[in-house]
Amino acid sequence: MSAPPLLEVENLRIDLLGDDRRHAAVEGVSFRIGRGETFGLVGESGCGKSITALSIMGLLRHPLAIGGGAIRLEGQEIQSLPPGQIRRLRGSRIAMIFQEPMTALNPLSPVGRQIAEMFVLHQGAGWSEAGDRAVEALRQVRVPSPERRVKDYPHQLSGGMRQRVMIAIALACGPDLLVADEPTTALDVTVQAEIVDLMRELCAANGTAILMISHDLGLVANICRRVAVMYAGRVVEEQAADAIFRQPQHPYTQGLVASLPLLGGRAAHGRRRLAEIAGTVPAISAYPAGCRFNPRCDRATDVCRVEDPAATPLGDGGLVRCHHHG
Amino acid sequence: MPLLILRRLGNTVPTIVAVVLVIFTLFSVIPGSFTSAGDDGRVLDAQVAERMRKELGLDDPLHVRFGSYVANLVQGDLGTSFRTREPVTKVIAQRLWPSLKLTIAAMGFAILVGVPLGFIAALRPGSLIDMASMVVAISGLSLPKFWLGLMLMYLFALTLGWLPSFGYGDGGLRHLILPAVALGVSPMALLARTTRAGVLDVLNADFVRTARSKGMSEYRVVRWHVVRNALVLVLTTIGLQFGSLMGQAVVVEKLFSWPGLGSLLVDSVFQRDIPTVQGSILVIVLFFLAINTLVDIAYVIIDPRIRYG
Ligand SMILES: Nc1ncnc2c1ncn2[C@@H]1O[C@H](COP(=O)(O)OP(=O)(O)OP(=O)(O)O)[C@@H](O)[C@H]1O
Ligand code: SF4
Ligand SMILES: [Mg+2]
Repeated sequence: MSAPPLLEVENLRIDLLGDDRRHAAVEGVSFRIGRGETFGLVGESGCGKSITALSIMGLLRHPLAIGGGAIRLEGQEIQSLPPGQIRRLRGSRIAMIFQEPMTALNPLSPVGRQIAEMFVLHQGAGWSEAGDRAVEALRQVRVPSPERRVKDYPHQLSGGMRQRVMIAIALACGPDLLVADEPTTALDVTVQAEIVDLMRELCAANGTAILMISHDLGLVANICRRVAVMYAGRVVEEQAADAIFRQPQHPYTQGLVASLPLLGGRAAHGRRRLAEIAGTVPAISAYPAGCRFNPRCDRATDVCRVEDPAATPLGDGGLVRCHHHG
Repeated sequence: MPLLILRRLGNTVPTIVAVVLVIFTLFSVIPGSFTSAGDDGRVLDAQVAERMRKELGLDDPLHVRFGSYVANLVQGDLGTSFRTREPVTKVIAQRLWPSLKLTIAAMGFAILVGVPLGFIAALRPGSLIDMASMVVAISGLSLPKFWLGLMLMYLFALTLGWLPSFGYGDGGLRHLILPAVALGVSPMALLARTTRAGVLDVLNADFVRTARSKGMSEYRVVRWHVVRNALVLVLTTIGLQFGSLMGQAVVVEKLFSWPGLGSLLVDSVFQRDIPTVQGSILVIVLFFLAINTLVDIAYVIIDPRIRYG
């Protein structure tokens, strides 16, 4: 029997609890991430990426709650652990970087202190030792003159610098898994690449696996070994990153790939018009019957409007969820 | 930071000038002014009125009078009380300490009860303690001070006999408690509500989620990341309430025969003792300004984002 993967999400369901009924905001989501692996999760705004990430962290809050399925860390189910135990995993074994670097840090606390907290919490360090180590942590994420910067408050730092601070916090205790929820979306394009490179480099050095969440398929496919594409609360396709580009199987993925500007082979044909996917993601309470993508899908047939497509396994352990895939 | 504080202090100077101007103008233009009838309806003898007008310089042009008013003010001269013939400064000085004592005690009560109440309510939203504290808060806001004071007096002084029912006594704590509570209940209620709202706000902030993602206990999340941020939100309410409390004390001071500025103001109004009225209002407004300046300085100290430009 082979060792269990680092993280295994199986048939995860996240409920949005309403006054009278519950809606599944995320349903039937499964994926596995091996030790040190980078795994991408892609999808439009509102498809459920962030809440999937939060459920792994055990940070879902009312009105959202895990409604079924399992989340396992090295084979151990963590979604049902008592709060005190899952808390000890947070920060030490699974860490998270959030979408919004502007608001993710406490505005009234110097950044050095916010890093130092990690050493105090998880390694029993005293504050002065933790403060010294915070300087080191800042140096690692290549913040210039870290001795001075530790005393800065978040508003004194640029968005990129704050995200570096977030990375320093997340990687402070050498976690096994880093959940990065759109870590660069809010940043300038020029800074984005720096931040992504920094994350990859530091994680590779420590053997930290990354769950990289983004709406940017290009970014994810560049740095991840495998990619899952989400649509309206479901994983509609999962494949190795290069395969997603070469042979996207799901019409939605195909749309995403087609809308990538100037990538790989297509660059040779010059700048072609971006193929946008018309329409928007439906609200949780208004998911259509049958395949959830059918109102926007130009390949939709009658069966798509009544029957929810099951997951079809693909060769390399991937899957696609479409009646007419290929 | 000291520079910021200095600049903030400098900013109050124009405000003070404006306040003085308004108070002066108000009493120069309202009808029924310095030499008109008292509340017994008698009219001053024409000669006496004439002499008074001369004495007080009432026939001088407005700007000359304002000039001499300010000149006197700067020297700490607020004029002479019509009633007692004493300098207004002296009359006010006697009342200032009791007034301050009452205001500070009332605000202390409001903060010490209201802020923790709001905190507990916010940490357990929807719980019994949350609902109970909000009932206290709402009733505290809606009960008239006068009625509340009477009830306190009736219960703790007349029925139980634990505390004196009115008066300043020897200036000790026992006489202070009932009026301070009567005055402090409504700011306490308001503080409980703003604290609750503020804490709930902060608990939903992104950085609190970050704190949780670090693996800290809920207790630490609150201690390390919620308290200060919530305090920043509550500080404004504390300042505004504290500042206006000296003026709000009028009813309570009359009810408990407390020798503060509020009762001095009311008495002087009825006695047409205009210099004293002017002086009392000036001091009450200056107190408001002083408290708000202090609050702004406190902001500079606890919130690094604040910079006065
Ligand atoms: N606290 C909440 N209360 C109610 N609905 C929520 C809450 N949080 C998220 N949702 C809903 O759950 C769905 C998934 O949200 P999620 O934040 O996971 O999207 P996302 O894929 O991360 O999108 P984005 O790219 O905008 O971050 C959305 O429809 C959103 O409206
Ligand atoms: S199942 Fe039908 S509607 Fe859904 S993606 Fe496939 S073809 Fe389109
Ligand atoms: Mg998101």
